[in-house]
Amino acid sequence: MSQLIANVSDSTFDETVAGSAEPVVVDFWAEWCGPCKMIAPILEEIATEHAGKIRVVKLNVDDNPDVARRFDVMSIPTLIVFKDGRPQKRLIGAKGKGQLLQELTEFM
Amino acid sequence: MPDIRKVIIIGSGPAGLTAAIYSARASLHPLVIEGEPSSTSDQPGGQLMLTTEVENYPGFPDGIMGPELMMSFRAQAERFGAEFITEKATRVDLSSRPFGVWIGDREFRAEAVIVSTGATSLMLGLEDETRLLGHGLSTCATCDGFFFRGQEIAVVGGGDSALEEALFLTKFASKLTLIHRRDELRASRIMQDRARANEKIEFLWDTVVEGLLGDSKLEGAVVRNVKTGAVTTLPVTGLFVAIGHRPNTDLFKGQLDMEDNGYLVTRPDSSFTNVEGVFACGDVQDHTYRQAITAAGSGCMAAIDAERWLAAHGVH
Repeated sequence: MSQLIANVSDSTFDETVAGSAEPVVVDFWAEWCGPCKMIAPILEEIATEHAGKIRVVKLNVDDNPDVARRFDVMSIPTLIVFKDGRPQKRLIGAKGKGQLLQELTEFM
Repeated sequence: MPDIRKVIIIGSGPAGLTAAIYSARASLHPLVIEGEPSSTSDQPGGQLMLTTEVENYPGFPDGIMGPELMMSFRAQAERFGAEFITEKATRVDLSSRPFGVWIGDREFRAEAVIVSTGATSLMLGLEDETRLLGHGLSTCATCDGFFFRGQEIAVVGGGDSALEEALFLTKFASKLTLIHRRDELRASRIMQDRARANEKIEFLWDTVVEGLLGDSKLEGAVVRNVKTGAVTTLPVTGLFVAIGHRPNTDLFKGQLDMEDNGYLVTRPDSSFTNVEGVFACGDVQDHTYRQAITAAGSGCMAAIDAERWLAAHGVH
């Protein structure tokens, strides 16, 4: 796994996301979700290519149900972009790199 | 002029990846345009990426997870030199050889093309669908079932995929209603028996979904009995749709022969399409069997057909 993409949990979520200078993309995922696995390498590429402009973190919904519930996540993969700790944009479902970059470009 | 490939394979489910394994082993260095991630079956790996346990693929007596099976297919094709692009083909020109395949404005050329683009799950076609997708309405039971623990949900459909989803979802739901437009199921006997034996599953026959309730989250489905005309509301927080598939053939309209339902036509007992040098395999040309094993079998046929056709045309 990329060192650029940190795992966040119910207990570290607020500190990580609110404390970040860059916008943070939170990838809500789980081991049993096929489409989540397919976008993981794409998110790694985006995190690497745009390091310093945007941060990507992963949250396993199996182990961290509280944060998922707090943001009403009912489908994965869901990506939520946070700025200053507040959710700005929500992307539901797996997407290709081109489409993801297009959706994220306003934050970079 | 871009490089001219021997074979381009469009699509990467069991059919496309089997074609990749065979043509790679035949030293044809196939380029696989595998599609891009999505939460529908139109994605690399195809429909099996949205399933859990596959029990009927030969060679796995204890079953295997769908995504794991497809990752293994892919690894096997890579081992023999198949090359992959994780994007979607956006245009093809099959009118002259070498054939043209584009991803946006990037052009690829090949002497032979194998089409294995599969089929995508149909949606209900309701107005509220887009708004509630991912907010209670789902195309992927394995992805989203987890979020409906202890809740009352419904599955629409009557085939094997619908029952498979329903049975999987009973692990989470407190009650599951199977909504089907007729009064009998199309699903296989074994799946029907399992569903009927499951006490969480209730059947709502002769019924279609006409509307969805809820602003930011699904709160219910408006259903109509097609025999009596009675309209009622089913209070569910989750609705999973498994009402069939549509072949992914838009790319080939006007270029390859299709049946009225959009499926590609192949010459009997082969993978030949009406265009010489273009072969089709898997669900994109099969609305009868639609199994991983039949798709894989037809992918093997397409690779062998393409290899022999190329040899006969002096491409080695």
